Amino acid sequence: MRDHPPLPISPGFWRSPLRGPWLTSVLGLVLLIGITVLFVTGLVSYAAYNPGLSPVNDQTPDKGVLGFYLFAWPTGPVWLYRLTQGVHVTLGITLIPVLLAKLWSVVPRLFTLPPARSVAHALERVSLLLLVGGGLFEFTTGVLNVQLDYVFPGSFYPLHFYGAWVFFAAFLAHAALRTPTALRAVRGRLHEQSDLVTPRPAPPTVSRRGALWLVGGGSLLLFLTTVGQSLGGPFRRTALLAPHGTADPGGGPNGFQINKTAAYAGITAADTHPDAWRLVVTGRSGTVRLSRAQLLQLPQHSASLPIACVEGWSTADQWWRGVRLRDLAALVGYDGDPPDVFVESLQRHGAFRRAALRANQVADERSLLALSVNGEELSPDHGHPARIIVPAAPGVLNTKWVARLTFGDL
Amino acid sequence: MPHRVPLGSVLRRPRRMPLGSPLQLLLLACSFALAAYAGIRLLAGDRLGVALWIVGAALLHDLVLVPLYSLADRAVTRGLGAAGRRGWTLYARVPAMLSGLLLLVWFPLISGMVDEPYRSATNLSPDGFLTRWLLISAVLFGGSALLLAWRLRRAAKHRPPASH
Repeated sequence: MRDHPPLPISPGFWRSPLRGPWLTSVLGLVLLIGITVLFVTGLVSYAAYNPGLSPVNDQTPDKGVLGFYLFAWPTGPVWLYRLTQGVHVTLGITLIPVLLAKLWSVVPRLFTLPPARSVAHALERVSLLLLVGGGLFEFTTGVLNVQLDYVFPGSFYPLHFYGAWVFFAAFLAHAALRTPTALRAVRGRLHEQSDLVTPRPAPPTVSRRGALWLVGGGSLLLFLTTVGQSLGGPFRRTALLAPHGTADPGGGPNGFQINKTAAYAGITAADTHPDAWRLVVTGRSGTVRLSRAQLLQLPQHSASLPIACVEGWSTADQWWRGVRLRDLAALVGYDGDPPDVFVESLQRHGAFRRAALRANQVADERSLLALSVNGEELSPDHGHPARIIVPAAPGVLNTKWVARLTFGDL
Repeated sequence: MPHRVPLGSVLRRPRRMPLGSPLQLLLLACSFALAAYAGIRLLAGDRLGVALWIVGAALLHDLVLVPLYSLADRAVTRGLGAAGRRGWTLYARVPAMLSGLLLLVWFPLISGMVDEPYRSATNLSPDGFLTRWLLISAVLFGGSALLLAWRLRRAAKHRPPASH
């Protein structure tokens, strides 16, 4: 270092010749589109849980007006949640290099002095803290959650949902204030001097386009080593570092991806023993108790449906076989007019040991209380003796180890 | 950036900070209102923990992660520059960045810190992540080295024989 090493507050401290309005704007516009898709698919995922139906489906009951858009989640196409949540998680992971590059490109502004030129500028800088902090918070909680690393301060759902709104509030303001400038910059029509351009550029080691290729290469690498866990089938092997990539848990008809094993959920063999286990079905005409053998004597139907997890991974369609939910509703007095159903699992702990399904989900002929999968009895990890499987519903609403079904309007 | 300050306000209170664009103020006020509405709910649980995470994420990124990777990059650039091989920088930087990116995103799985919950929840083996990351990194660095060697050889071939 020669004479006085400049401080970060001095523009001469930042020497990369790459920084400038063009690079920042290109990255910003990619994030403008990408983060909008992330936000929308995130909201869609919340709607897919049918939180308005019952408190057990809702991890953010204090949402107030933030749930303004909620709608009854449909049962088709069967791959709907696979698609929306696969996009949400895979795109989020793919955008990480773009986010990091964008933050790198504007890092000198963190140290700009004077701290504020006007009241509006001061407020904008406060808003930028919410933008950067909120954005990193959303990406971090998402990335940790899909790796089952629950170190964040609270339950994932409220943190990620309310955090998304805080972040998106700042994101909207930032987009409204900056998009016009960014568009002018990428079209080469920005003629103002930019504080992002260093007055003391170091000799370049890569061109701006080269840097952009590097960011794109990082995104592509993350995409290619992740997307297979959502595509399933032979593509799963390509997801080299994704949590549900490369391998399936064991072979055979039950050898597809598991969210939580029986052991993890605390389900014992005694709980599910044929002598002990009874399905309790309640409705307007009373209560029926059915053993597994009795369930097998009811009309059996099949449905090819995937499992799609909020963590972004999913399976190809599995061939489920069991009793239609609407047939079970008919057993307890709802013949032809299936209502909502409240499902309870044998599971003693865990947020989704109880779940509610809406009437449209119960009425769908593909919605089953499944007893077997791919031609074999359900394994303990996939919900033996019986589990719910509903088209297009998020994985956790497909309750495993079902103990009780209560039909009636919720 | 030129700012138009209303003349009247300057004459009355010459030393006060100007307000700035009213449109921008209105927009930011709306944004803060929405952020506050969601923020109250976000902070309803572990208030201090969540605030620490949000502010900490920004600080950790800007004051730790960025300086760290900038210094590492500068060390590589200078080291190669001192050896008269400045042109080789990218061949080290690209694989290092890609490998570092994968490590950053999948750190819990690669480091093995979630091995136990991962195995018991999914019935999958957590053992392969570190190996696969190392293999990917080896392929990235190896590929980069091969590309450099190939380019050097080609450059040597095209050089006039007198320079040998």
